[in-house]
Amino acid sequence: MGGIDPAVLIASLMAASVPILLAALGELVVEKAGVLNLGVEGMMIMGAIVGFMVTIHGESPVLGFVCGALGGAAISLVFAFLTQVLLANQVATGLALTLFGLGLSALLGQGYNGLKPVQTEAVPLGPLADIPFFGQVLFSHDWVVYFSIFMTALIWYVLKATRLGLIIRAVGESHEASHALGYKVNRIRLGAIMFGGAMAGMGGAYVSLVRVPQWVDGITSGAGWIALAIVVFASWKPWRALIGAYLFGGITVLQLNLQAAGSWIPVEYLSMSPYLITIVVLVIMSSGKGKASLNAPAALGQNFHASR
Amino acid sequence: MLRLEKRPNPSQFWLYGTPVVAVVLTMIFGGMLFAAMGTNPFEVIRTIFWDPIFGEFAFYLRGQLLVKAGPLILIAIGLALGFKAGIWNIGAEGQYIMGAICGAAVGLAVYPTESRWIFPVMVLAGALGGWAWAMIPAILKTRFNTNEILVSLMLVYVAQTILAKASTGFLKNPEGMGFPGSRNFSSYPAAANPELIAGSGIHWGVVTALVVALVAWGLLARHIIGFQINLSGQAPRAARFHGVNPNRLVVLCMGISGGLAGLAGLFEVTGPGGQISIDFNVGYGFTAIIVAFLGRLHPIVIILAGILMALTYVGGEMASTNMGLPSAAIQVFQGMLLFFLLGVDVLTNYRIRIRTGGK
Amino acid sequence: MTRPILLQVEGITKAYPGVVANSDVSFAIREGEVHCLLGENGAGKSTMVKMIYGLVKPDSGQMQWKGAAYAPAAPRVARAAGVAMVFQHFSLFEALSVAENVALGMENPPPMKALAARIKSVSEDYGLPLDPARMVGDLSAGERQRVEIIRCLLQDPKLLIMDEPTSVLTPQEVEILFKTLRQLAAEGTAILYISHKLEEIRSLCDAATILRRGKVVGTADPKASTARELAEMMVGATLTPPERPAPKDWGGDHAALEVKGLSAPSPIPFGTSLKDVSFTVKRGEILGIAGVAGNGQDELLLALSGEIKSGAGQISATGVAVGGMGPAARRGIGFVMAPEDRLGHAAAPDMSLVENAFLTGGVRKGLVRNGFVDWDAARGFADEIIKTYGVRTPGSHVAARALSGGNLQKFVIGRELMQEPDVIVINQPTWGVDAAAAAAIRQAILDRAAAGAAVVVISQDLDELLEIADSFAVLNEGRLTGPRPVKGLTVDQIGLMMGGAHGMEVSHHAEA
Repeated sequence: MGGIDPAVLIASLMAASVPILLAALGELVVEKAGVLNLGVEGMMIMGAIVGFMVTIHGESPVLGFVCGALGGAAISLVFAFLTQVLLANQVATGLALTLFGLGLSALLGQGYNGLKPVQTEAVPLGPLADIPFFGQVLFSHDWVVYFSIFMTALIWYVLKATRLGLIIRAVGESHEASHALGYKVNRIRLGAIMFGGAMAGMGGAYVSLVRVPQWVDGITSGAGWIALAIVVFASWKPWRALIGAYLFGGITVLQLNLQAAGSWIPVEYLSMSPYLITIVVLVIMSSGKGKASLNAPAALGQNFHASR
Repeated sequence: MLRLEKRPNPSQFWLYGTPVVAVVLTMIFGGMLFAAMGTNPFEVIRTIFWDPIFGEFAFYLRGQLLVKAGPLILIAIGLALGFKAGIWNIGAEGQYIMGAICGAAVGLAVYPTESRWIFPVMVLAGALGGWAWAMIPAILKTRFNTNEILVSLMLVYVAQTILAKASTGFLKNPEGMGFPGSRNFSSYPAAANPELIAGSGIHWGVVTALVVALVAWGLLARHIIGFQINLSGQAPRAARFHGVNPNRLVVLCMGISGGLAGLAGLFEVTGPGGQISIDFNVGYGFTAIIVAFLGRLHPIVIILAGILMALTYVGGEMASTNMGLPSAAIQVFQGMLLFFLLGVDVLTNYRIRIRTGGK
Repeated sequence: MTRPILLQVEGITKAYPGVVANSDVSFAIREGEVHCLLGENGAGKSTMVKMIYGLVKPDSGQMQWKGAAYAPAAPRVARAAGVAMVFQHFSLFEALSVAENVALGMENPPPMKALAARIKSVSEDYGLPLDPARMVGDLSAGERQRVEIIRCLLQDPKLLIMDEPTSVLTPQEVEILFKTLRQLAAEGTAILYISHKLEEIRSLCDAATILRRGKVVGTADPKASTARELAEMMVGATLTPPERPAPKDWGGDHAALEVKGLSAPSPIPFGTSLKDVSFTVKRGEILGIAGVAGNGQDELLLALSGEIKSGAGQISATGVAVGGMGPAARRGIGFVMAPEDRLGHAAAPDMSLVENAFLTGGVRKGLVRNGFVDWDAARGFADEIIKTYGVRTPGSHVAARALSGGNLQKFVIGRELMQEPDVIVINQPTWGVDAAAAAAIRQAILDRAAAGAAVVVISQDLDELLEIADSFAVLNEGRLTGPRPVKGLTVDQIGLMMGGAHGMEVSHHAEA
């Protein structure tokens, strides 16, 4: 443990958490609108491959991120169409989205193995980056890290204080009541699903463009599922999603560091630790009765069909 | 403008018509995908769906079909029971791995003893391994109301690490010259799961799958537990009013599906797989989800669905070796099938009406 | 004095698959008038007002608003014109605050702080005090309705539509509401009042249009008509009150159902927990339990049915302590129940009537052998229910959801009564059921009691309870008043038992 510098650790955990933070924020909005999209993993990996391909060909990581987001949003449309128009079961469709996304990304990724994308550099903040400790922790990141924090604040603000946020929450709370007041439930949900897809896609692109950075089949390795768990952990609150993602990122970074440092704990146990800790966190969050569960959108996972 | 109109009664015709429509749609759109990849779509479809049964190498491939279909059916039936009840075990892949590890560990522990009791005990251990792994999400769900989807899925990743540890550590073949992987069961007859009729592909796992399908069918159609499973999935409050204890049902359904997945793993590792290795699992636990839905969660239809899905594996391999079709294309094909199935399913409960004018 | 016409409805027709909801409906509402749309359940009242509010589009016919063509494509358009609506169900969000709920119903709400201040002032002006910061889920039914009304009033509506507003109110709360409505009408707001309660209409409304099976069957001046005249126009037949067989003495004071100090937390979000509920019901007796919705009725049924377990001694039926038993075991000793929610609780919507007959009939009808279900016998049982209780259905193979509300309710009640229970608990036996079916159901309940069963009927329909019950108690915030004999009870006394007007005292609900 002695060899790990706290500033480096914090800085790297912030970067490590970006994919799951972005995906979790997107899913948070989707769930607030009353939709349970279990296809986060599939949308992330689509974002990962699309972002990667575009960056390889276009040589611009920014364009890569944008296209990754578009890729995630595009595939989320399939989910939206099936669940909002054809009223398919959300759980099953989400699973299908993940299975399909894993396959399609592997198909698209043929021939991209081993290539290196253009690097996403840290935002040059000049002398700020040289401040001891804080410079490294706060001012040495690439733009996506700042973007993810900005999105946390933005989503928090929109959900809490704007009419759009109120409508999203209302639709997730009771689609019958929203419909009776004249809100287009399925359209609002469609918008939320696409936003969630874009965020997941961007998170995926961060995996393939920054974290790894290369293309391997199944590159997201469960990050989408962890993002889903983080939404529960956060009890649908954006800032808590940030905390959850950072906690998780911290564990990932720590266990990688321990692996590298040749800890006495076997490598296998270290690499399963993020998943085990996710389970533990889920248990703690769901066993706490009352408050947290009240925050869950009441209409979560139910389809709406305006019959009369 | 199209609009949906709820049917007063679910359509029996579409209940079993949808899988057929979905398969046809998948062939059409899959064919377009294959064409876009520069292969002849008709030839690919023929290679996948026709050749394994009627083609030149059918004598061998038909057996392969059963080898692949066996675990898929076994796992899918367990999943179907849970899905029917609204219990979402999607960690069958992990339970499959744990079943294989536990069963194999028992066999390897007594190596090289010869006794006819060894294999049955291994089967039991395999089922118990899968069952125990499924009990984790089940107990967490009943005790703490933890989401079983996320927990069972997380446990897949944990099982994979344990598998890696097993094949490089505690189950490694001491005579394997340092290569990862356990002893091969084909050279340990007391613990092996051989082909029962040469060339047929039928091993104990296939037999078990068929028996389990029949039992599950009887359970769902005639037994009160089957009624309670159906009722819980369709109307959870009515189920409690009937007298179902939801927690007991979670434990039961998760247990059955975990046990069956564990069995599938054990039969695979002692038979077609041969040994515990790092890449022992090939995703049957996930594909079985598609099989369960394609089979309309009905045990007998699941047999057909399992064979169809096995076709895409076996035929897909052929297409990949003969025509250079990437194996990922088959995965896309399978995912597409599930999408179409879920989409077309709307016809079971809704009519599509065409409205003119207005909105 | 005739005031100008505000809304003219001409020849409106709307059909749904299998049912014509409205056929050639015409009527006119004048400014400042309280106009009643009278009709029993399923007469097409709700569909009509949804068309005025822009939620549903008519197939043919037209409307005029202040003389100009009016065809709202969405509620937004209707609201802009000056139409506001208080819904019967489903238009509040439990997990949102009062102010947020109000904002959602407005086109251009002011900032939250200003809105909260306006809610406070308007609600006080109209005698309907409300705290804008409270969560709607924590409010009583009467207070929730106030949220809806305030939401409408903040938009200065020209026409206020109220769909069955009094079903969730105590008699005292009804009086307060009527005062508010009269004040509004005096200020020039027209009110379209939908109801099937005749006395209310006679006391409140200036004009009435009567609907039956989607058609206008007449108009009346409610103040000049008797309740009986209105009822006969509404139902289209002379109604016979149920027959009450002469009470029989079943011997001894042996209580068939005894509940002692029953307390249970609610499993429902924003539900009401039961607090120290006690009562006894003798054989042949019908106990009516009244109360405004959301005061613990659902919880009481769940506790009695065994879906919430309680201490073994807290409930005993036919002399057996059943508190710790599940629903199936309770049925086994002859203790059956029928919950309020037909689709989803009492019956599984997508399952056939055969499966639904088995749902509760399996135990007492011996339909299970060694764990296996005898589906042929279950089919026989379902057919018997259908025949005995005149359930209109093509057969026992159809799904429960295909039946109309009244028919499914007859099936559900019949299913329980045909098991020859000794104790039966029914929640809302005739909710949303047409008059003929309701009369049949009440008669069946009376007959079962006459055959020696102890019956508990939980209902929000006071008239119904007074008609069939022998003794009467009220659930109020999870507490049950001591039962009293029905004979000699006055409406005022009942009102007081129901807790008078809720929430008129500040933070009345704070404990919970």
